Amino acid sequence: MSQKYVGKGLRKSDAHALTTGQPVYTDDIAPAGCLIVKVLRSPHAHALITDINTDIAKKVPGIACVLTYQDVPQQRFTMAGQTYPEPSPYDRLILDQRVRFVGDAVAIVAGETDEAVDRALRMIKVKYEVLEPVLDFHKAKDNKILIHPEENWVANCPVGADNQRNLCASGQEAYGDIDAVLSGCDVVLERTYHTKANQQTPMETFRTYTQLDTYGRLNIISSTQVPFHVRRILSVALGIPKSKVRVIKPRIGGGFGAKQTVITEVYPAIVTMKTGRPAKIVYTREESMIASSPRHEMEVTVRIGAMKDGRIRGIDLYTLSNTGAFGEHGPTTVGLSGHKSIPLYSGNQEAFRFRYDVVYTNVMSAGAYRGYGATQGIFAIESIVNELADVLHRDPIDLRMQNMVREGMCMPAYYGEVTNACALDRCVQRVREMIGWDEKIKPRVLPNGHIRAVGMAMAMQGSAISKVDVGAVILRLSDDGTYNMLLGCTDMGTGCDTILAQMAADCLGCRMEDIAVYASDTDTAPYDSGSYASATTYVTGMACVRACEELRGKILHQGAKMLNLSEDAVEFDGKRVYALEDDTCAVTLADIAYSGQCNCSDVLSATVSHSSLVSPPPFMAGAAEVEVDPETGHVELIDYVAAVDCGTPINPNLARVQTEGGIVQGIGMALYEDIVYAADGTNLSNSFMQYKIPSRLDIGTVRVEFETSYEPTGPFGAKSIGEIVINTPSPAIADAVARATGVRVRTLPITAEKIVRGMMEQA
Amino acid sequence: MKISYTLNGRAITDEVTPAQPLTEYLRSRGCLSVKRGCETSNCGLCTVLVDDKPVLSCSTLTARIDGKKVETMEGLQEQAAEIGGYLADEGAEQCGFCSPGLIMNIIGMTRELKHPTEQQVRQYLAGNLCRCTGYVSQLRAITRYLAEKEEA
Repeated sequence: MSQKYVGKGLRKSDAHALTTGQPVYTDDIAPAGCLIVKVLRSPHAHALITDINTDIAKKVPGIACVLTYQDVPQQRFTMAGQTYPEPSPYDRLILDQRVRFVGDAVAIVAGETDEAVDRALRMIKVKYEVLEPVLDFHKAKDNKILIHPEENWVANCPVGADNQRNLCASGQEAYGDIDAVLSGCDVVLERTYHTKANQQTPMETFRTYTQLDTYGRLNIISSTQVPFHVRRILSVALGIPKSKVRVIKPRIGGGFGAKQTVITEVYPAIVTMKTGRPAKIVYTREESMIASSPRHEMEVTVRIGAMKDGRIRGIDLYTLSNTGAFGEHGPTTVGLSGHKSIPLYSGNQEAFRFRYDVVYTNVMSAGAYRGYGATQGIFAIESIVNELADVLHRDPIDLRMQNMVREGMCMPAYYGEVTNACALDRCVQRVREMIGWDEKIKPRVLPNGHIRAVGMAMAMQGSAISKVDVGAVILRLSDDGTYNMLLGCTDMGTGCDTILAQMAADCLGCRMEDIAVYASDTDTAPYDSGSYASATTYVTGMACVRACEELRGKILHQGAKMLNLSEDAVEFDGKRVYALEDDTCAVTLADIAYSGQCNCSDVLSATVSHSSLVSPPPFMAGAAEVEVDPETGHVELIDYVAAVDCGTPINPNLARVQTEGGIVQGIGMALYEDIVYAADGTNLSNSFMQYKIPSRLDIGTVRVEFETSYEPTGPFGAKSIGEIVINTPSPAIADAVARATGVRVRTLPITAEKIVRGMMEQA
Repeated sequence: MKISYTLNGRAITDEVTPAQPLTEYLRSRGCLSVKRGCETSNCGLCTVLVDDKPVLSCSTLTARIDGKKVETMEGLQEQAAEIGGYLADEGAEQCGFCSPGLIMNIIGMTRELKHPTEQQVRQYLAGNLCRCTGYVSQLRAITRYLAEKEEA
C-alpha cells in the first residue's frame, strides 16, 4: 500500500474549529438554563460528619436540590477509569460521612444560578468530629489511624491491598538472586529519590453536564478520556443499569491523564437523576487544584550493583507511593516505577528485585498523569546511574552504552518481553551530538560567575497495556463512496482523530477528506478502553488498519459480484473495482456503495477490536544544558535536546509537539512544580499563583529529533509517543545541576533553595 | 447598571450586573470563544481586546467596558483563521482550548508592536499559558506568520 498520508506532518482535522474559537467544548454546548451544580468541601483533612443541616440552604430561592451523604447510594466504587475489574479499590461513595482530605466533598448543591448556589453553600451547617489525619506517607502503613475502616471497602483484584493497614497495594517480584549478585559487585550504591505530586493542569478544567434523553436515559456529556469507563463507573455509583447511561465526549481541552479519572461526572449526574433536569458542573481552577487526580508522590529507594569495568549486574528497587485519600490508579502506577525503569539496563542484568507499598493518607487522591509511575521510577534509576558514573569515573553516556537495552534483547523486568524495535543506542548517540556533550562535559564558568553544565537521561514507556487495552474502529462505506469512521478513543488535542484518518486513507487508497471521523459516544462507537496508557496510536491504530483490510475485502467481494467475476479476478484501487484482465470492466466505489442500499443484505462495514499481547516500549534520550548562578542557586535552562524512538511517527508534526509539550511539562516537574500542604493538610498550591507551570519565558530552546525504528506489531511500524516524553527532564536536569555545583538534588523539584543549601553544606 | 459599548463592531446598550466578570458576561452574549482557565489572571485564556489592547476579561468588571470598543474572536474570524493556519501547520493548536486567548493576544501584539524580536514576542505572550505544546511550536508558527506578513 502506498503511503500518501502516513509519515506526513498534516494539519489536524479539527484545527480550523479550534483556532477560530468555535463552541465545541463541554461548557460551550451545555443547554442554557441547566442547573448549576457545586460541591461543599471539607475544611478538615480527616473528620466524621456528625450533623449536617440543609434546611436553610434548601430555602434559598432558586435552589433545586441539596444532597448529603444521606441521599446517595451506598455501593462503593472507584473513580479510576480502568478496565473492569478495576485494580483500584472500591473505596468511594459519591458523598461519605467520613471526609478524608481538605477539599473532600461534603454536600452537593444545584440551583438556577451561580449566585443562588453560592448562597446555599454558605447556608449549610455542618458539625464535624475532627479526627487526627495521616499526613506523612512514611507513617501511613500500619498506622493506628485508618483512612478506610469501612466494611464495604473492596479490592476487586489481588493487588496486596488491605484497608486495615492503610494499604492500597503492595507486592514484590524478582528475577535471579539479587542479594547474591549485589554481594559479588565491586560497587553497590544505595540512594533514595523523592518525586512529588504534580498537577496535570489541562487548560480546560474538569467539567460535565448531564440530562435525560427522550427515552429517560442519563446522558453524560463530559470532558473525559474514558467515555466507556465513565458509563460503567456511573452505573455502579448511581446503582442504575449501564443500558440507562450514555456518555459523549465533545472536544477536550487537554487531559494528560487527569481526565482518566471520573472527577466531576457523579455530581451533575446524581442531580439529574434526582431532579430530572439538565445539570452542569464546571470546576474552578482552585477545585481542579485541590480535589483532582495529580501524580502519585513516590519515594524510590534503589540499590544498584556494578563492576569496576562498568557492568551493571543488578538493581533492587523499593517504591513507597502515596495514593492519598482514595486509591485511584494506586495499584497500577506503582508497577511502572519498576517495570519501566529497571529494563533500561537489561544489557548485563543478572538479577533484579522490585518491591512496593502504596499507602492511603489524608491528602487529595492521586491519579493518572502522563508517565504514570514510570516518570518517578526513571528519575530514580537514571539519577543513580549518573551517580554510579561519578563513582566509577566513567562518562555517563559511555556507561549507558555499555549497559542499555538493545534491539532483540529480553527485558526480565518487563514481563520478559523482547524488544522488536529499539533505537535507544542511536537516540543516546544523537543526543550526545546535539548537545555537544563531549565539549561540554566539563562544567564551564562564565565571566559573570555562572556555571554551565550538561546532564542526560534515558527513558522508556509502553505502548498500551498488553493483554488488557482494547482499541476499536467501526468503518462504514457511505453512499457516495466515502467512509464513516466511528471511534471510541478520545482525541484530547493529541490528534488521534487525524492520524487514524491518515492511516485509514492510506489503507483504503482514498483521500483523507473522504473519511468522516466521529468520536466518541458510547451509543455509537465500538467499545474502546479510551485514550490513556500510550495506547491510541498503537492499539486503535492497529484496529483501524485491520478494519480497513476487512472492509476492502467486502468491497472487493461486492464489486466482483456486480461484475459477475470471481474475487481473484478483480482488484480495488480505492476508487473502483475492476477486472484484472480488462480494466475498463469496472464498477465505481460509489456504485458499490449504492448497491448496498438497494436489494442488498450485506452491510458494507467492518467493526474491528484489537488488543496486543505485547506493549512495545518507545525509547528516548534527553540532555539538558543549564546555567546555575552559584550565589542564588537559580537554574536557567539553556537548551534541551531529545531524540525519540517511537517507531514510525505517523504524523511527525504532532509527534514533535507531543514531545516538546511533554518535555516542558517535565521541566516544570523538575524545577518548580510541587503540591504543598500546610501542617493541617490544607492544600497551599491551590491556584496558578502558587502552583507555577512553565511559561514561554521559562524555557530556552527545546530541540527534538526522531530516530525511527519499525515495530512489527504496530500500525505502519508505530509505537507510542504520548507519555515517554515527560520522563527525561527531571534526571537530566538534576544531573546537569550536580555537574555544575556538586549538589545532587534527590528530592524534586530542584529549587534554588535546595541547591544553595547543598552548596553551603559542601563549603 | 446600563452600559453602552461596541462588541465586534456592533453598538450595544445593555443592562448589566456591574460586578460580573467580563468573561462570563461575554459568554452569556454568545461569545463562546472566550474561555476561562483560572480565576487569578494567570493563564491568558480569557484575553479579549478592549480599545485595541489585550485585557484579561476574567479580571475586568463588565462595568468597565462602558463606552469602549470590545473585540472577541467572534469578530475577528478571518484573522483568527489566518493565524490559526500557521499554528495548525506546526500542530501547535493541540487541544485548542488556549488558542483563542493566544491568537487574540497575537492580534493585540501586531497592533501594538512593529517588527517584534523573538524575545519581545516571548515577553508579550508570556501571560498565555499552554500545557500541551511547550510553546516551541507556537513560537515557530508565530515567527513564520510575522515574517510572511511583513513580506506581504
